Amino acid sequence: MDIEMIIYKLLLAIVILLVSLVVAMYSTLVERKFAGFFQDRLGPNRAGIFGILQPVADGVKLFFKEEFMPAKADKFLYILGPSLTMFVALLGSAVIPWSTSLNIGGKEFPLQVANINIGILYVFAVASVAVYGIMVGGWASNNKYSLLGAVRASSQMISYELAMGMSIIAIVMATGSLNLNDIVNNQHGLNWNVWHQPIGFFVFTICAFAECNRTPFDLPECEAELIGGYHTEYSSMKLGFYLFAEYINMFVSSAMISTLYFGGYNFPFMDQLGLSQNALALVGLVVFFAKISFFIFLFMWVRWTLPRFRYDQLMGFGWKSLLPFAILNVVVTGVIILLNK
Amino acid sequence: MNQDNPIIKLTKRSKVVSNKKMTLMEQFYLPAIFKGMLITFSHFFKKKTTIQYPEEQRPRSDIYRGLHVLKRDDEGRERCTACGLCALACPAEAITMVAAERKENEKHLYREEKYAAVYEINMLRCIFCGDCETACPKEAIFLTDRILPGNISRDNFIFGKDKLVEPMDARIDVSKRQTPEVLEFKKDKTQLHNK
Repeated sequence: MDIEMIIYKLLLAIVILLVSLVVAMYSTLVERKFAGFFQDRLGPNRAGIFGILQPVADGVKLFFKEEFMPAKADKFLYILGPSLTMFVALLGSAVIPWSTSLNIGGKEFPLQVANINIGILYVFAVASVAVYGIMVGGWASNNKYSLLGAVRASSQMISYELAMGMSIIAIVMATGSLNLNDIVNNQHGLNWNVWHQPIGFFVFTICAFAECNRTPFDLPECEAELIGGYHTEYSSMKLGFYLFAEYINMFVSSAMISTLYFGGYNFPFMDQLGLSQNALALVGLVVFFAKISFFIFLFMWVRWTLPRFRYDQLMGFGWKSLLPFAILNVVVTGVIILLNK
Repeated sequence: MNQDNPIIKLTKRSKVVSNKKMTLMEQFYLPAIFKGMLITFSHFFKKKTTIQYPEEQRPRSDIYRGLHVLKRDDEGRERCTACGLCALACPAEAITMVAAERKENEKHLYREEKYAAVYEINMLRCIFCGDCETACPKEAIFLTDRILPGNISRDNFIFGKDKLVEPMDARIDVSKRQTPEVLEFKKDKTQLHNK
């Protein structure tokens, strides 16, 4: 890799980090607006036109709030918790292929930071580290309610990761590759995985909800039982980091769902339009973001429709329903692949 | 069922509870979830009930008991004579006043020989019951349709004469609270303070 490419990748990484942050920032506003709309009210609209400065106002408020640290807390771990959560949430976007490559001056510039052969494994590795952020935060707070929330979070995330992995295995079997680029290219045009793997899609989406700790799987935080959950003892921007990481996770999860099941940057009739390579890449980028936006909307839509699970129901659902379905899906996919040979 | 005691239904929407086993389709929950999501989605486009407060205000009753005003008479003199009946009538003990005697050159300022040098209402204590208004023999204090503005300091909730006495160029209309029945009540001699 020459020096030009390294600089380009570095720039791309920074741009993607900024985009994730801005998208997450505005997701908070959009979430509040949508929550309002779903409940027949208007939502925040005072800061700026249509309230577009609301995230800025929220951010400023979080920075200026009193910074509180429990006396008996483990200082290092207490600070590590939210940082780790934020760090891991941002890492996931590195392997997502945002679009096909741009061709500038006869040189290919792929719109993907790292095109690695084990893309899916990387995403899983990063996602499973996310649980540490919450667990460490809950433990370091030295508060039994935080600890309970953290325990809930870790057992929930570990349980649902299993079913998630199983649903991915079916896709890997169908594609024959762990590389996210290959998986997206395999869904050229309208040949999306969701048509072949509807059960896998449902399982993956439900697990993605659980991994992001979104309603109806937001058991780690529960005011009624746990005063707040794993972030009970957190204040100001450390709490902000936890809450903000949830929105980044939501963005990355939506990107993953679109990549794995809805063709990523592929869109119907992409060959018939007669677009040049660069135009195709840019249109693909827009299409990909449209798909991501839809799934972010879906996250919010579900949140403001469904109530929270009871904890035993949550565990029962993960182990007794989702996992068998995911395994069944793998078996059926295997049989179909074998028959088609 | 007892013929004399028909079951009273509060709404027509009540459903009989049954503990029957769920069918396979119901056990999947997904149809029910989609139905619920459609319902919430339909609310996305419904008319919003938000009232954008400072610009838009909810219509209030004519006799709404809002913020107090200390009235002046037609010549611009303060009507209050600092008798203290309002403070006595106040169940929340929100009113305090200091009386003073009118000087010869102050006849254009105060209608009676005695006046309130200091008149304070602690709005954090006030319960807006309107007893001060009822007790006042001089028709000096009234509750208006104005709303108590918010503030971030407790001190700012103690309203002195600077905030309570109405300015002559922007007199506050309280005629809606001065109905004939109210005037009749104010002259009712069975009431202690009207004797």
